[in-house]
Amino acid sequence: MANPTDTAAARSSGTAGPSKPVFKPILDIKKDFPVLNREFGGLPLHYLDSAATTQKPLAVIEAMDTFYRESYGTVRRGVYRLSEKATAGFEGTRKKVAALINAASEKEIIYTSGTTQSINLVAYSYGRKFLKAGDEIILSQIEHHANIVPWQIVAEMTGAVIRTIPVDDTGTLILEEYKKLLGEKTRIVAVNHISNALGTINPVKEIIRLAHLAGPGGKGAVVLVDGAQSISHMTVDVRDLDADFYAFSGHKMFGPTGIGILYGKFAILDSMPPYQGGGDMIMKVTFAKTTYQAPPHRFEAGTPAIVEVLGLGAAIDYLKQVGLDKIAAHEAGLLEYGTAVLRDVPGLRLIGTAAEKGSILSFTLEGVHPHDIGTLLDEDGIAIRAGHHCAQPTMDRFGVPATARASMGPYNDASDLDALAKGLKRIGEMFR
Amino acid sequence: MSRSNELYQQVILDHNKNPRNYREMADAAYVCEGHNPLCGDHITIYVNVDPEGRISDLSFQGNGCAISKASASMMTAFLKGKPIEEARVIFKEFHEMVTGEFDPKSRENHLGKLTLFEGVKEYSSRIKCASLAWHALMGALEKKTSASTEA
Repeated sequence: MANPTDTAAARSSGTAGPSKPVFKPILDIKKDFPVLNREFGGLPLHYLDSAATTQKPLAVIEAMDTFYRESYGTVRRGVYRLSEKATAGFEGTRKKVAALINAASEKEIIYTSGTTQSINLVAYSYGRKFLKAGDEIILSQIEHHANIVPWQIVAEMTGAVIRTIPVDDTGTLILEEYKKLLGEKTRIVAVNHISNALGTINPVKEIIRLAHLAGPGGKGAVVLVDGAQSISHMTVDVRDLDADFYAFSGHKMFGPTGIGILYGKFAILDSMPPYQGGGDMIMKVTFAKTTYQAPPHRFEAGTPAIVEVLGLGAAIDYLKQVGLDKIAAHEAGLLEYGTAVLRDVPGLRLIGTAAEKGSILSFTLEGVHPHDIGTLLDEDGIAIRAGHHCAQPTMDRFGVPATARASMGPYNDASDLDALAKGLKRIGEMFR
Repeated sequence: MSRSNELYQQVILDHNKNPRNYREMADAAYVCEGHNPLCGDHITIYVNVDPEGRISDLSFQGNGCAISKASASMMTAFLKGKPIEEARVIFKEFHEMVTGEFDPKSRENHLGKLTLFEGVKEYSSRIKCASLAWHALMGALEKKTSASTEA
């Protein structure tokens, strides 16, 4: 129980004097995640690396296990019952994904291996077909390497040029600068919905609206949104956003690794050539000519990640059961609480202080390299990420080689952030 | 003693805070920048060698964690004045020690107080931090201008 006098004093003081932050949990779901209930070296695990990958609830683990034990077979090939059942689950998950993001049809949902492959698919297929020398691709300054390097590769192939939207000192995109970059030559805009390195939530709806007014003859540039960090943290509605492409990974939404999604508007997908050739993506093959399937199957060569797709389906069921609105509210509380307790750590500098942020706290600690922070926090059972977060241009923008990053999920609570702050204070003293 | 206390000993913390030979060397015969692509850290090594083949001066600059900085600092202090051939032997012993292939207590060796870094072998993600400066030095002695821990 909080000391009632302190609480009253904090209330009446109104201004100065930092009142002790309070976190009111909305969810209590740690129990659903087996690994979060394990001990490491006799200590409870404080998992604060959900931006890298989320832990898996029992429902997902069991769905995959049960499928392997009882129903495993290939999809869209076999005429036997196992295959028919697997196919039903496989295609059923496509409908679940479409419903999750409010796509117009499950034909707009392509299975990939993850966000990285989803972006590469668009860069290689759409980019190589439609980009010409001098065309412009606009990225933000705070992209993950997965939303930079594929565009650099396709720019080199086509002679297209990459331009970047700068951010201010809080890590917020400067929209006025973006407007200046847009023009006749703009063909593709690719931005993340939430920055993995800073946590900034980008105004993607406005970015898309503006891009659709630009391009050759004002007919619109296409926009790809990297949704790796947003998909399990907020409600995503691709039609409300009017996104042309939206990419995300299963493993960052409580699902398995090896499965990701590319959403694309059907008309655009239908204009695109295959990304990879192989089985299952063809209509008819002869040595003279091969014709291809319609989307989404045109982009899914070879035997897919069947069990991972089923696992993703279970993860979406779990997300719906918990409720994305509740997850967003719980994490907003964690972010507020975490920001307050970290501000209390001597020598700590938060990197990324945008007004609109996801549940990511990126920071440096004076005199201590982030890798040392990571190794030393591990000793307290705290798992964070340390490094450049595959976002070296973001690090350059803020003049740091690396940061430490604590990223929260709906299973975190105040104890995780209290342990983090305590550990950081200990490390600060150790290096002083 | 906890695992990390064994790694972050006072000597290492001291070398991190007050690194020895932390300076650019304008007249260096060999300069090599070592990169650790896994974390983006980099350390530049400056070397001068006298006519007898001894390391007459050795310094470094760069950006890195406590382990990589302390390793660079102690390496420069330890190797200054030693013949290049001996430095190569020490590199081999050091590298084998931090990768867990060589227990310095098992036989006589040239590592001296560099055995402080033995604890690194428990941290697979940190071995490259400890060896970054050493890779850069070996690169410099081979007249390369850049070296990588991923070589």
